Amino acid sequence: MKKLFTSREALLCILILVMTLSVGAIADDFLSIGNLLSIYNDTSILIILALGQMLVIITRCIDLSVAANLALTGMVIAMINSSYPDFPVPLLVLFGALLGLCMGMINGLLVWKLGIPAIVVTLGTMSIYRGVIFLLSDGSWVNAHEMSKVFMQIPRSTFIGVALLSWASIITVAVFYYFTRYARTGREIYAAGNSPTAAFYTGIDVGRSQFIAFSLSGLLAGLCGYLWVSRYAVAYVDVAAGFELQVISACVIGGISIMGGIGTVAGCVLGALFLGVINNALPVIGVSPFWQMAISGGVIVLAVIASSRAEQKSGRIILKNAVLAPSK
Amino acid sequence: MSQTPFYSLRGISKAFPGVKALDEVQLDLYPGEVMALIGENGAGKSTLVKTMTGIYQPDSGELKLAGESIHLATPDAARKLGITAIHQETVLFDELSVTENIFTGHHLTRGPLKMLDWRAMRSQCVKILADIEAQIDPDILLKHLSIGQRHMVAIARALSFDAKVVILDEPTAALSIYETQELYKIVEKLKSAGCAIMFISHKFDEVFAIADRYTVFRDGCFVDQGKIIDITQAQLVTMMVGRTVDQVYPKENIPLGSNVLKVANFSHPTEFNDLSFELRAGEILGFYGLVGAGRTELMQAIYGVSKITQGSIEVEGVSVIIHSPADAIKAGIVYVPEERQSQGVVLDLPIDQNITLPQLSKINKNGLLNQHSEYALADEYASRLRVKAPNWHEPVGNLSGGNQQKVVIAKWLATQPKVIILDEPTKGIDISSKAAVHSFMSELVKQGLAVIMVSSELPEVMGMSDRIIVMSEGLQVCEFNRADFNAEKIVSAASGGLNEKTIH
Repeated sequence: MKKLFTSREALLCILILVMTLSVGAIADDFLSIGNLLSIYNDTSILIILALGQMLVIITRCIDLSVAANLALTGMVIAMINSSYPDFPVPLLVLFGALLGLCMGMINGLLVWKLGIPAIVVTLGTMSIYRGVIFLLSDGSWVNAHEMSKVFMQIPRSTFIGVALLSWASIITVAVFYYFTRYARTGREIYAAGNSPTAAFYTGIDVGRSQFIAFSLSGLLAGLCGYLWVSRYAVAYVDVAAGFELQVISACVIGGISIMGGIGTVAGCVLGALFLGVINNALPVIGVSPFWQMAISGGVIVLAVIASSRAEQKSGRIILKNAVLAPSK
Repeated sequence: MSQTPFYSLRGISKAFPGVKALDEVQLDLYPGEVMALIGENGAGKSTLVKTMTGIYQPDSGELKLAGESIHLATPDAARKLGITAIHQETVLFDELSVTENIFTGHHLTRGPLKMLDWRAMRSQCVKILADIEAQIDPDILLKHLSIGQRHMVAIARALSFDAKVVILDEPTAALSIYETQELYKIVEKLKSAGCAIMFISHKFDEVFAIADRYTVFRDGCFVDQGKIIDITQAQLVTMMVGRTVDQVYPKENIPLGSNVLKVANFSHPTEFNDLSFELRAGEILGFYGLVGAGRTELMQAIYGVSKITQGSIEVEGVSVIIHSPADAIKAGIVYVPEERQSQGVVLDLPIDQNITLPQLSKINKNGLLNQHSEYALADEYASRLRVKAPNWHEPVGNLSGGNQQKVVIAKWLATQPKVIILDEPTKGIDISSKAAVHSFMSELVKQGLAVIMVSSELPEVMGMSDRIIVMSEGLQVCEFNRADFNAEKIVSAASGGLNEKTIH
């Protein structure tokens, strides 16, 4: 447990607290329980997707297709729902998750079996998945009045005062915490990203680990397809366009190393929350949306500088007293 | 002692593009016995280890374990059969804890969910580390450990399996005397537990201390095998090199000139501390030490690759400040790195472009590339070093290791340096290229250059150097003049046997 909060996580916590409190000092309503819960609820989809992306980045890959995957699943589900309003929604959600999983598996297989760099594979599938939405929908929208009530109501209904959308992210966080700490497959993903050669020597199939990471990322994108479309009550070709960059940003801010092998669930969640708070706080204090983008961008650059300094090689440890007296 | 081998190999061949690494070799390991595999660098030992552990697939031949033919498709398959190896370069995970490094690939689990049991893994890890008397924190990340400690973790990892066959590929290369003694104890324990052990080492005293049998390889071929009590060291060496041992080094007595290089109080936060030495024109100064003693790190600092906390450099009596390799080259210091393929040459570029790379701005004064003068310069130095290639437009990647090394040296000579640092100049190259590099070193000093040679091969250091500085754990432990060279003293100094700084 003591490793849960290494310096990066602690720093992010403090930053988030300071931001929240200082905005709260200007706008009283900001600190109300209801508003804080709604900020979390707003950030839930980002958290879920960032966790999937985290696994992919840890294996030294990247998944640019998450937002396109989300949009395609969302569109398919919305179309089914508008045509067959009586089709049970839970089954529909399951179907969406499976559809996302398939798309993730396609990415994973291309990386694993054909050895194509992940950035190229997902750049390609990103366009393909978006293209398929257009083919399916002919560019038309599925609007709120075409969706069934249950379909739209599920993420909004509450359990112990918290929306089910938020619960979805809380459960995902819990599952990921377990997966990255207590599941063999999860630890193998870290090992494969940390040193592919050593992983191979220890009998870990690095390509398989990458495949699993992509599959999970796809599964979560599929789940988020439903969450997004039902929450915003609309599905169209450009749903969540560019959202993959926010997801990757959340990972980078959270200390997931783009070089692979390093990253924690806590860091990832805090990275997403950080962006969530910025997105919600800046409008409250009257900052224009253009500045919001510039500020998130600046934070990302700072985060990358911070992690590259932390990862900078300080040299091999040869002197006997080197560990005890590093600055002699 | 059993008479039937437990793990045996017959007719194993393995070829890589351009090289036949193993040619119809055979090998037998017996339960409860240590078999020493002996051979020079490039004899095919490491390839054999990788073949025996499922990392490489042999092109032909048969592997038999306990009388049954086996096929090792993956390293995992070998591990499941109880075959484990400690590789020469430790292959571990920097960002994972010691405990996890030991258990990755065979994590302990509990419950129906196969939840990882960290508490059990940690306590087993503590037990194994205590068994091998290694004082290492099980929770620390591997990146914080020294090279010797990493080796101990690798050994602990091998012991964490239920191993029947244990392969140790030069396990003592980076260990201190104390750690080596611990390793011997572990080997004895494994023997009495009935393990079949294969031990690879360059050091004959070790071989005679712990091995029961030997097998000799030369240039990828099987030469001989037998019991260690039936053989002498001289016989082994003769078989290993295929000629008599008193190899002649082309060392010439050259009157030393004035001081060229003076390094004073060089210190780095973690790699070395307070190193000082001087170097004269016409001198070859050898740096000897265990793998990971900090020699390469020191040379890289002198060359401006890494930053020092204190220390100064004078070239020909003038103080110079070196922040980057470009500064070093300007000051007349050049460095031929150990990692030839990644740091020494650009493999995809042709020979001539590799040679002219450091001085493109010097040759091409007006900012446009002048291919004729570039080629002329490359031609001069490549011919002088007798690089074997169809022409100088050949990509360096197509050359043999020895010829690649000649290209690196040619590149630096073309800059007309004052000091040339050679880091393991003959590592991984064949015997004839080795001799060429050695005689070339003699030629260099004859022309008034000063040479620093880092080498882990004692005969080479003793054969070529005028003076030897021995380093151990980042410190300068002692210095020998050529008249006082003594193999035993040098080796014991390098292994930490001498603690005080002494000058012989």
